[in-house]
Amino acid sequence: MSTIPGTLHTPQQVADRRAQAPHTSMFARMLLRAAVLRRGRAASALLAMIVAAAVATAMMNLYVDVQAKLRTEFRNYGANVVIVGKDGQSLPADALAKVESALGPKTLAVPFSYAVARTKDGQSVVVVGTDFARARQLNHWWKVSHWPDVPNEALIGMRAATVVSPNRQPFELTFQGKTIQLAPAGMLQTGAGEDSRIYLDQVEFQNWTGVAPSTIEVAANGTAAEVEASMRQLVQLLPAADIRPVRQIMEGEANVLNKTRATLYASATLIVLTSALCVLATLIGWVFDRRRDFAIMKALGASGRLINGFFAAEAAALGVVGAILGFFIGIGVAVWIGRVNFHAPVVPRFSVFPYVLAGSVAVALISAILPIELLRRVQPAMILRGE
Amino acid sequence: MFPRLVYESFRHQARRKLLAGIAITLGVAVATAMIAVATDIGDKINRELRSYGANLVVTPQEDTLDVEVGGVNLKPPSDGAFLNEADLPKIRGTFWHHNIVGFSPMLPVTVKLGSGSGAKDITLVGTYFSKPLSFGKEDFTTGVRITHPWWKVSCGDGKESPNCAWPADDSQNVLLGERLAAKLANKPGDKLEISGRQLTISGILSTGAAEDDQIVAPLALAQQILGKPGAVRRVYVSALTKPQDALAIRDPKTMTPEVYDRWYCSPYVESIAYQLQEVIPHSHAEQIRQVAQNEGTVLSRIKGLMLLITFAALFASALAVSAAMATAIYERRVEVGLMKALGAGNLTVSAIFFAEALLLALVGGTAGFSAGALLARQIGRSIFNSQISIEPVLFPVILAIAVFVTFAGSAAAIRRAVKLDPVFALRGEA
Repeated sequence: MSTIPGTLHTPQQVADRRAQAPHTSMFARMLLRAAVLRRGRAASALLAMIVAAAVATAMMNLYVDVQAKLRTEFRNYGANVVIVGKDGQSLPADALAKVESALGPKTLAVPFSYAVARTKDGQSVVVVGTDFARARQLNHWWKVSHWPDVPNEALIGMRAATVVSPNRQPFELTFQGKTIQLAPAGMLQTGAGEDSRIYLDQVEFQNWTGVAPSTIEVAANGTAAEVEASMRQLVQLLPAADIRPVRQIMEGEANVLNKTRATLYASATLIVLTSALCVLATLIGWVFDRRRDFAIMKALGASGRLINGFFAAEAAALGVVGAILGFFIGIGVAVWIGRVNFHAPVVPRFSVFPYVLAGSVAVALISAILPIELLRRVQPAMILRGE
Repeated sequence: MFPRLVYESFRHQARRKLLAGIAITLGVAVATAMIAVATDIGDKINRELRSYGANLVVTPQEDTLDVEVGGVNLKPPSDGAFLNEADLPKIRGTFWHHNIVGFSPMLPVTVKLGSGSGAKDITLVGTYFSKPLSFGKEDFTTGVRITHPWWKVSCGDGKESPNCAWPADDSQNVLLGERLAAKLANKPGDKLEISGRQLTISGILSTGAAEDDQIVAPLALAQQILGKPGAVRRVYVSALTKPQDALAIRDPKTMTPEVYDRWYCSPYVESIAYQLQEVIPHSHAEQIRQVAQNEGTVLSRIKGLMLLITFAALFASALAVSAAMATAIYERRVEVGLMKALGAGNLTVSAIFFAEALLLALVGGTAGFSAGALLARQIGRSIFNSQISIEPVLFPVILAIAVFVTFAGSAAAIRRAVKLDPVFALRGEA
């Protein structure tokens, strides 16, 4: 130690400098240097972290969003709730407006009114009044050659057509002594009861028969619990009506959705586990590789706590950076899958981020602490000697 | 010398080899399970989609119009044409009979409930509940319990009990629709007087549709009431179908013989309808579009999703395998330095590593394939209650993928190890 005056290395000065220096600077510098000096290995560990976080993010996003996407697909099956007047009565005139305002603008509600009319030769046929624009949106599976667009045009079921208008000529129908002249617009084919019926615009139908809608078919969106809540709301709103679930549709949807969700869950778990394994393998290798650093630190007198803290901080930093980058890549992948498969973008769910972050950091910490625990039992000299 | 080097490497570094082997095994197992699930998911979901009920309906060709409003049939009872019950087992004789999950005949009859002036008109529907039938040498059971899985029988208060059950198909017992039961204040075990007969209510039926206002009875009973033995108004058929494509909707009459054969031998809902018309005389088969048209979309969405997820799984496991391999090789650079110092060429060193990787991939791949098969079976059993079988053809494919991924994962690490100057490697400065 030099004590020559004029230099800056007197014990006093060195001690002063040490006292003034920020306490964490050495620690931070070690972290930084470790990342810079072993760029290749650090980069490959980071890459593994990013990929794992991205895959996990994409899977979690899909798991949440796919159910919503599939529910939209299932709404193509049509109404899942039916509102019927008690004992065949008509519904109140404002029923449709009430339903729509209660369930929001995204809910489809279609009114139907029924009457049995007679054809010229005395045959009975069921005539239905409805709102064509809404029916068209609700019942995607209706195969219609041409939707009515001018007054007094009717949509005629395949089988009804052979009775009332076999050559697509205009025809007349009688209901309680009142006769109406109708022209066929197009044919309706569904393979069910609709094939035997004739559909008219609600306003024309009501002017002719005076019968108001007795049924409203509703396609309520959302999970089973949300649909049930909507139904309870409707019961309160329309005490004069029967609110019935369409069990065929609701139970079919629940069944298929549950199976799909379970499969998706199993796959997501497998994939997330595999990518965690990948990170674990890479990081353990990385830390193990640096046993020489570890030995030198220990030989220079670093405490066990400091070394643990150093490697843990390094792993945590890696986990955080990997999780952030991976999260955005994963969101991108999920959006892409949504667009390719469902033709609708998956909504990014930022609520997934804390889970991804926590998972990444946890995996990184485990893979850092594990080899350190192993190395701790070994004498630094042995490692430094290359054994 | 070469085989001995590889052998000794495995013998002396058993722990390290085991780790790499485990990584390969796990990666291959996940990949195998995902491929198996993805290839089988279409069939499995198709079966689940049958819970939406029948997708085909067979009616008499000369049928008159249905005049039905709100579940009440206004058509005169004996009006119109009927199918013959004796023709129904022939449905199992169509080309795609393995795809036909079940069928249920329906015969609605308007009956008088009660006697004297208080009698009311009610619709009684005759059907099969779970009827044993045979066609040729084949025995099978069919009825609404298969084709209409959402029909539930209870005691009327939502509770199930042994006293309230589905009636036998040869009994005089009936099911009472839940709204009708509420109106009549009847419960299971009560007798109903229907068109002069005393029938026992065996349970309350809940369907969420028109049947809630009706009585459902065994088909034979409905035929007796109508006085037309063997008569059936319509038959609902539930079949596993292939999603519709351009070929499906073509008219079979305009097809060339080859195209016709291809169309006939594909399980489209259209071709199954065509085949049903062939076996049941004077019938018209039609798809129920609400069910048939939508299942194709749902099916293709779920299949597409699983395919993309399988790619993600393959990617993740490939990455895991290559990460493990890279680590394993990186740790051995001192060894590489020694070999090179003793005069081994780059080619020899690489060959040793690749031979080791190949061995690991083959062993890990085989173990992973078996583990993946078990995993897929477990997934199938716990989610779908049925087996997911793995094609043996998949084995060489999986093995090839495992070898390729292991090689690809090792390649970069091997190149780096070989490029190292032996002096630095031996001094431990790399």
